[in-house]
Amino acid sequence: MLPSDLKYTREHEWVKIDGTNGLIGITNYAQSELGDVVYVELPVPDSTFAQMDVFGVVESVKAVSDLYMPIGGQIISRNDSLTHNPEKINEDPYGDGWLIKIKLDDNYNADDLLDSNEYETLVNDLHS
Amino acid sequence: MTALKQTPLYEQHISLGARMVDFAGWDMPVQYEGLIPEHNAVRNAVGMFDVSHMGEFIVEGSQATEFLQYILTNDASRLKIGRSQYSLLCNEHGGIMDDCMLYRLETSKFLLVVNAANSDKDYVWMETNSLQYDVRVSNQTDSYALLAIQGPNSISALGNLSTDNLEHFNRTEIRTIDVSGRTCLVGRTGYTGEDGYEIFCDSDIANELWRSILDQGVIPCGLGSRNTLRLEAGMALHGHEINDTISPVEAGLIGVVSLSKDNFVGKQAIIKILDTGPDKRLMGMVMKDRSVPRDGYVVSTRSGEGLVTSGTFSPTLKNGIAMAFLPSQIQIGDDVSVVIREKHWAAEVVELPFYSKVAKWRAK
Repeated sequence: MLPSDLKYTREHEWVKIDGTNGLIGITNYAQSELGDVVYVELPVPDSTFAQMDVFGVVESVKAVSDLYMPIGGQIISRNDSLTHNPEKINEDPYGDGWLIKIKLDDNYNADDLLDSNEYETLVNDLHS
Repeated sequence: MTALKQTPLYEQHISLGARMVDFAGWDMPVQYEGLIPEHNAVRNAVGMFDVSHMGEFIVEGSQATEFLQYILTNDASRLKIGRSQYSLLCNEHGGIMDDCMLYRLETSKFLLVVNAANSDKDYVWMETNSLQYDVRVSNQTDSYALLAIQGPNSISALGNLSTDNLEHFNRTEIRTIDVSGRTCLVGRTGYTGEDGYEIFCDSDIANELWRSILDQGVIPCGLGSRNTLRLEAGMALHGHEINDTISPVEAGLIGVVSLSKDNFVGKQAIIKILDTGPDKRLMGMVMKDRSVPRDGYVVSTRSGEGLVTSGTFSPTLKNGIAMAFLPSQIQIGDDVSVVIREKHWAAEVVELPFYSKVAKWRAK
């Protein structure tokens, strides 16, 4: 289930680095812990965030969770379809449930990100 | 650290892949398939909850009624055999120690169902106060399992499982009937705002009963959906809308307090609060924008601050809703705002319940 071409954070976000752009979302573990998503607050295009900044909020019936930037950058676009179909985050967290598209900072730092094996280990440890 | 208690149905929940949570020291299912599908199953079809963790006391003796008149707020003398009554256990200050359902099984024999979180405390309180009466209070929590079947299709689901005629088994009644070939005590009661039944059975037959009910296509539902359902139905949860510092006056539950009784624990304190008027009241709020109010959030009103006691996203109304204590001057229709992550979000004060198909059967 864990896509190997993505990088992950300890806060359960994923990022797909594609040249100078990045695509960001939350992981399957995150959506499963949250339950059915009802609202998402995403930032406006052109706003910039540093790595680990809170860029938005995802809300389910029983919980609300901050969203942390896995990597620094500027918002190119956000997934506005989530306004009316927030369930995409639950149903397809690595695909249709993407949250934001960013232009990466010139000197972005991907060193602290986890690869799929490291993230999988992290999740397994959380459950044991 | 003490191990969590398990209901007789624990293995069923594990085999169904339930997500388990510590609730009042019990290892309970919070959801199976998901909160929203389970919530919707109860609103539109039929769902089942394992609520075996709740406390059951048998109160029996020639002065059982007199004792219950003293220890509870409602008028137990008006409760006929085979009927149920919502009531409150108050302390001397009029604070609500617990809310409960009282069932009269025989002239001098009652079943009292209390919240799991308070069951040990309630038992000690009742036992201590029972000494001057010819009554025996026994804690039967471990011998009973309790399965709640709730939803519009509950009636046909139970009908398929019982050889008894359920035609004149009315809302709020309790009777002994056959369920899947077993004798059970069944009340047409619930905590969801839907019609349904609560089945009290022996712990040792709980598993086969649970399975026979699931075989009818009834959806297993956890404590997550139980909470969103009762919140939509405007029903109190002890520890949130009611606790031992809140009186029935603030909580809007004066309807289950019988002031014509000679004496009961908390009577004088409640009368005093009624005389001076409470400084806050429990009210409902519906969010005007896309926002979810949550337990403990501050409410801003023109008459001062309030506090959310229970808040959620309502799967039925598809909107944020909350019950909150608001300054008494606030009225239905008033605009208030809820502080969510440091921003004010608009809400309207509404009448409770938010959604219920059985509200007219509730004591007002």
